[in-house]
Amino acid sequence: MSQPSRFLLLVGPLLLFLAATYLVPFLGVMRWSVTLPEPGLGQYKAALGDPLVLTVFWRTLRICAVVTVAAVAAAYVITLLWVRGGPVQRLIVELCILIPFWISVLTRAFGWLALLSNKGLINGWLQALGILSEPLTLVRNEFGVIVGMTHFLIPFAVFPLASAMRSVDERVLMAARGMGAGRARIFWQVFVPMTKPGILGAGLVVFVFALGFFVTPAILGGGRSVMVAELIYLRIFQSPDWGLGAAISVILMLAVGILLAAMMRQVRQGASK
Amino acid sequence: MNVLRPGPLAAALAALVAVFLMMPLVAVIPVSFTPTRYLSVPDAEWSLRHYRALVENPAWAEGAWLSIRIGVVASLVATGLALLFSLGIWMLQPRFAGILMGLALLPMVAPPVVSALTLYFFLITLSKVNSVVAYDTWAGVALAHAVMIAPFAVVLISVALAQVDRRIDLAARSMGAGLWTRITRVILPNIRFGILTALFLTFVLSWEEIGVTLFITSVDAVTLPRLMWMGLRDNIDPAIAAISVVLIVIVVAVVLTRTAVERGRARRQART
Repeated sequence: MSQPSRFLLLVGPLLLFLAATYLVPFLGVMRWSVTLPEPGLGQYKAALGDPLVLTVFWRTLRICAVVTVAAVAAAYVITLLWVRGGPVQRLIVELCILIPFWISVLTRAFGWLALLSNKGLINGWLQALGILSEPLTLVRNEFGVIVGMTHFLIPFAVFPLASAMRSVDERVLMAARGMGAGRARIFWQVFVPMTKPGILGAGLVVFVFALGFFVTPAILGGGRSVMVAELIYLRIFQSPDWGLGAAISVILMLAVGILLAAMMRQVRQGASK
Repeated sequence: MNVLRPGPLAAALAALVAVFLMMPLVAVIPVSFTPTRYLSVPDAEWSLRHYRALVENPAWAEGAWLSIRIGVVASLVATGLALLFSLGIWMLQPRFAGILMGLALLPMVAPPVVSALTLYFFLITLSKVNSVVAYDTWAGVALAHAVMIAPFAVVLISVALAQVDRRIDLAARSMGAGLWTRITRVILPNIRFGILTALFLTFVLSWEEIGVTLFITSVDAVTLPRLMWMGLRDNIDPAIAAISVVLIVIVVAVVLTRTAVERGRARRQART
């Protein structure tokens, strides 16, 4: 069998499959964005000029930024124990990362509802202890969305951080100690700077994931703090404006594409250094 | 030697994070035993009524069965296509391997909501010409899931292939083995574990997929996550807590077993 025909036989099926089910339909979505309800770039103008849509964009960016910082910071602490802790610490941390990782986004969002809602566990405890007389509104607002998304994304930040921490050369740390640096100094001035690529990578992964988040904000935001993905859903299924929904999708795809391209450049520069 | 063993402060902070990670999973347990019809914590009386509802209401079993069928078909299709693709890239090392890989991974890196809208467009277009693989049918959902999970299978199988020693394939080739023999007799036995992992992960991803499923189903193809979604939106049904506990118990059992097996294996290897 000749080289090109082997190639088509092996590589071809998946590429054809994805072209038919994904690439061509995406072109169709792009066509919606410039033809519905009428031909032209009107929907893009609407998407970038409509105060409601802009509010949603800003809210999405704000929530994603907060979630990224929170998730990466939390992941850093727990990864530190996973990579450098004792055997028992490692086992406990590993289970606390893997178990939530395998549990579906719906179950996890529901768990937060059970904790944070007005009749939930936290309000119940606080009222039983007499700290509160009225329940605190912890859910169906931005706070609930941030808590739920941070919870979902911590495991995704752990993996890039762990690989960065594992590649830290132990001898550099020993050298720092040999020259008289204390533990805090070794950590902040040697270890953290050496894991910076991992921090940046984890941050980008979390941010990109968070941008397109749909289920957690829809459940924990309760329609009050709509993010971009939910806005697209609403424009397609509730107040049908397919053109606008499609235009927002294309903008979101572009934003993620630019972020990923930046990440690839970062990785390549890091590799060439 | 571990120069930077985490101190008590790091351990305390990590414990907080660990509690944060496990808290929502633990919280659903008491809620699932509530005697009321709304989301609440039982104080005096604990009840099994929501677990009974899971058994008595056929919708739950039907949803689970539908999700299993879709998951099996989607993971077989996705893993099969991904296996061929990864073998092609590994064996033939084409010039534009990076770009081809990027294309294959597109549904994984694109925002899920964009993929959902794209697959919605695809399935309503298909609905105009047939009623089997269409919007709101089980075959349509399986097809859409296959698209979404194929990239994960590509990643896992490519990682497995990267660990295969190329020289054994070269040896087989120099002794006259054809493409088919090289694949089935030399390469596949070496990446068996990677393929099984890919099948398992893609099945789990399809089993719990909700973002795309919401866009491409309405009343007929109600998978288990879709059913949970419907019970979560307006009046929260405590049956969701019961099904969540069931799902959490399964995951915990699998993760614990896997960890135990791996530790046992590592210990045996350390001994030899």
